[in-house]
Amino acid sequence: MATSEAKPTNKIQVRRYKPEEYPEKHYLNEETGIWAWMTTVDHKKIGLMYLASLAFFFFVGGMLALVLRTELLTPARSFMDADVYNQIFTLHGAIMVFFFLVPSVPAALGNFILPLQLGCKDVAFPRVNLASFYIYVIGAVFTLIAILTGGVDTGWTFYTPYSATTGGNVMMMTLGIFILGFSSILTGVNFITTIHKLRAPGMTWNKLPLNMWALYATSIIQVLATPVLAITLLLLTMERVLSIGIFDPALGGDPVLYQHFFWFYSHPAVYIMIVPGFGVISEVISTFSRKIIFGYWAIAISSLAIAFIGFLVWGHHMFTAGQSSLANMVFSFLTFLVGIPTGIKIFNWVATMYRGSIDMKTPMLYAQIFLFQFMIGGFTGIMLGALAVDIHLHDTYYVVAHFHYVMMGGMVMAFLAGLHYWWPKMFGKMYSEKWAKFSAIIIFIGFNMTFLPQFVMGSQGMPRRYFNYIDQFQSFHQFSTIGSYIIGIGFFIMFGYLLYSFFRGEKAAANPWGSRALEWQVSSPPPLHNFEHTPVIINGPYDYHKPMSEFQLGIASKHNGHHAGEKVDISTTVKDKA
Amino acid sequence: MNRFSDFMLPPAKSTTAETTDALFHFINVTSLIFLVGITIAIIFFSWKYRRRSDEDVTPVISHNNKLEITWSVIPLILVMIVFGWGFTGYMNLITTPDDAYEVRVVAKSWLWEFHYETGFVSVNELHVPANRPVKLIMSSDDVIHSFFVPDYRVKRDVLPNRYTSLWFEVTEPGESIVYCTEYCGTAHSNMLATVFAHTQEDFDTWLETAGSADDDMDPVELGEQLVTRNACDTCHSTDGTRLQGPTFQGLWGSEREMQDGEIVVVDENYVRESILEPNARITKGYQPVMPSYAGTLNDRQIDAIIEYLKTLQ
Ligand code: HEC
Ligand code: HEM
Ligand SMILES: [Cu+2]
Ligand SMILES: [Cu+2]
Repeated sequence: MATSEAKPTNKIQVRRYKPEEYPEKHYLNEETGIWAWMTTVDHKKIGLMYLASLAFFFFVGGMLALVLRTELLTPARSFMDADVYNQIFTLHGAIMVFFFLVPSVPAALGNFILPLQLGCKDVAFPRVNLASFYIYVIGAVFTLIAILTGGVDTGWTFYTPYSATTGGNVMMMTLGIFILGFSSILTGVNFITTIHKLRAPGMTWNKLPLNMWALYATSIIQVLATPVLAITLLLLTMERVLSIGIFDPALGGDPVLYQHFFWFYSHPAVYIMIVPGFGVISEVISTFSRKIIFGYWAIAISSLAIAFIGFLVWGHHMFTAGQSSLANMVFSFLTFLVGIPTGIKIFNWVATMYRGSIDMKTPMLYAQIFLFQFMIGGFTGIMLGALAVDIHLHDTYYVVAHFHYVMMGGMVMAFLAGLHYWWPKMFGKMYSEKWAKFSAIIIFIGFNMTFLPQFVMGSQGMPRRYFNYIDQFQSFHQFSTIGSYIIGIGFFIMFGYLLYSFFRGEKAAANPWGSRALEWQVSSPPPLHNFEHTPVIINGPYDYHKPMSEFQLGIASKHNGHHAGEKVDISTTVKDKA
Repeated sequence: MNRFSDFMLPPAKSTTAETTDALFHFINVTSLIFLVGITIAIIFFSWKYRRRSDEDVTPVISHNNKLEITWSVIPLILVMIVFGWGFTGYMNLITTPDDAYEVRVVAKSWLWEFHYETGFVSVNELHVPANRPVKLIMSSDDVIHSFFVPDYRVKRDVLPNRYTSLWFEVTEPGESIVYCTEYCGTAHSNMLATVFAHTQEDFDTWLETAGSADDDMDPVELGEQLVTRNACDTCHSTDGTRLQGPTFQGLWGSEREMQDGEIVVVDENYVRESILEPNARITKGYQPVMPSYAGTLNDRQIDAIIEYLKTLQ
């Protein structure tokens, strides 16, 4: 740095690199074969392997959800026993949280897109990246063993002393999630390093795509919070195996301590699950409004603020658990503070649309569904943060509805927005807009049918994790179940058209959305090493008022030194503005 | 508003419910205003500024600090109001009036025991005086449970290693449902109870006669009552169906195989042991889930149950 600043005359020559359309060679058809995939260190392939695993887990978790909802059609036993029901909701929750949502945007979409958005050839530690995928798989195998050897019926929260006394294979399951945590930590470390060290020349922090800011904030939480989960689960295992009293009162332990430990991870984890979604939404809204993002810094900083305050609010899950009233007051207060940066984001996104040129393509449709549903999730979160009201609503269906609005209505929609947005980049194929929008609307209708009635049920007092319920709630439950079948149909349609697109889809152009972002300035699908040149950044990623040519710059000479501190001489490029 | 309230919330039957409900409605209404406003803006923008041609040029509006401050500060003020309101409500919920009538609550998987000052114990039925604060002092015999009465808007976890407490004042005599809201295993969703709020006089008479009527009851009849009163029948049927536990029909005098292969004949001692120390010997094919009734049932009551079991051939 110092040396290049001392010599301001040291300029680099750049020229325009137009992306090749419909490339013959790309990362999907170079290095093929199962072995090449399994040993690949290419972040794009690893991203796709994650994507395939996630799709599998989402399918399993989703089917389990439908089984649960079917059982709830009648107030008493419909077709399964209470114990089976309890195991299924545990599995559904654990799979959706640990195997689907936590890795969804960071590990799958993030892996694919992060180096492309930063303008580098791969993440900082490609081998670690591959290792993290295998650790994820090993964690999944352990969980599978747990299911096959007795099942687990503790809920995804594993509360003691219940989890210490119940039958089944709780240990194997917690071990699986323990292992999974390392995958999350490694991904986090990798992303932080990559964002710090491998940005393309000219990509200063104020030109970093908001998606990168979001992944950066997420990675910090992953690295700091996941070890706490690991320790907690390890202590739990030690207690069960060695009978050391930590959480189990029968051994002299304290069950509330467990809850503190657990939520100290799991609340930040809620933000691991949602913050990456914010990044996707920022990209999508700006691209499809073809307009500079409103309040870049407000959005970027609010991600970090959420990550930071998110660490300090875990106690809001324990308002009824017998904490001191002082602790309750502080946690309630801080919980409201997290609401503010979240609100700021929403306002900025809506402001971005103002006087834009809005193209209601599928990703944008998902982004808007996200906005609507996530707002409901957020407002009901405010409700739950209000102490007196939470006393009434805690552990009822109101909470079930709230977190489904945030996780599914929010994050899954953001994930789908991202998936449809980057699909052409990933596979070089377009999907059917018509079918995609159709299924988005089906999912929207089904989702709200499923979860809106649950707010009412919960306010009326229907507790969560109930296999039986009193007759009063039956019509709500039935409505909700029908809604969940509609969601199922929506996803089935999505599976169909994406599969069709994958095999028969029309070829995608390099930049079908006319985006200014860097990942769209390479061909679709990208070459094996992302960029044939070293990209150079002179504009922000959302500067739609600048010509496309200025976003396709790269170092003219082929030498591959470091150029981060050098000034850019654009005089040669401005000439070939197209 | 009243219709809406009846649709969303159960009837408010305690003195503290009103604050909770008012805040509930306040948040709902404020949120709804924001939700509708923002949603309309989104839809309107999407239509008004829809893409007309691929050459569309958009203005450069990168930020506006006044706007940022406005939409940070207004929500901040609103949430601070909500915070203060919620906290005051909460303080009322945890500050028990001095003259509260105390009932001791013991939670066991999966039933609620209520111990009164007279030593009388009722299971899954809580009797309290109305128009007078009632304080519940609660603990659990096993895992965590949570005591929730939607009509009173109160809830508190019940822990195995310490006492927690909760208070309410019922505004009029009547019945309300109690749920367990902390997941506690197989029959979590059956762990229900009923609160009966009586006028003070009715309550006093109830307390006086409760249990005393038992004295002059025929043992078989008493046994039958105790089996329902103590929620044995949530796990044991009398008609041969298999619930959580083995049926009582034909149990007496039969030979039972234990988990370790031992064969026992069901006699007075075995039943007594099963009631007081259910986990001493577990019947083959069942889970060790029966709670102990030591301290709940006295000898006379156990005898009565035995007499009753004898009749169920
Ligand atoms: C939460 C469910 C539950 C409740 C409530 C319950 N039991 Fe049980 N009970 C069981 C189970 C399960 C078994 C079999 C496993 C065992 O031996 O502990 C059992 C076993 C028994 C046995 C021995 C039966 C045999 O076949 O060996 C007797 C007698 C008995 N219970 C009596 C009672 C009485 C009397 C009450 C009420 C005061 C009661 N139980 C309440 C679940 C329950
Ligand atoms: C098809 C849509 C879905 C349906 C119908 C559905 C249904 C359910 C049901 C019935 C429960 C049990 C509620 C209870 O009794 O407490 C539940 C719990 C849960 N769901 Fe879903 N769900 C769906 C999607 C999702 C998604 C997408 C996620 C997250 C990504 C998710 C995460 C959870 C979690 C974390 C729990 C809590 C589990 C527990 O209490 O241990 N669900 N869901
Ligand atoms: Cu939380
Ligand atoms: Cu329970």
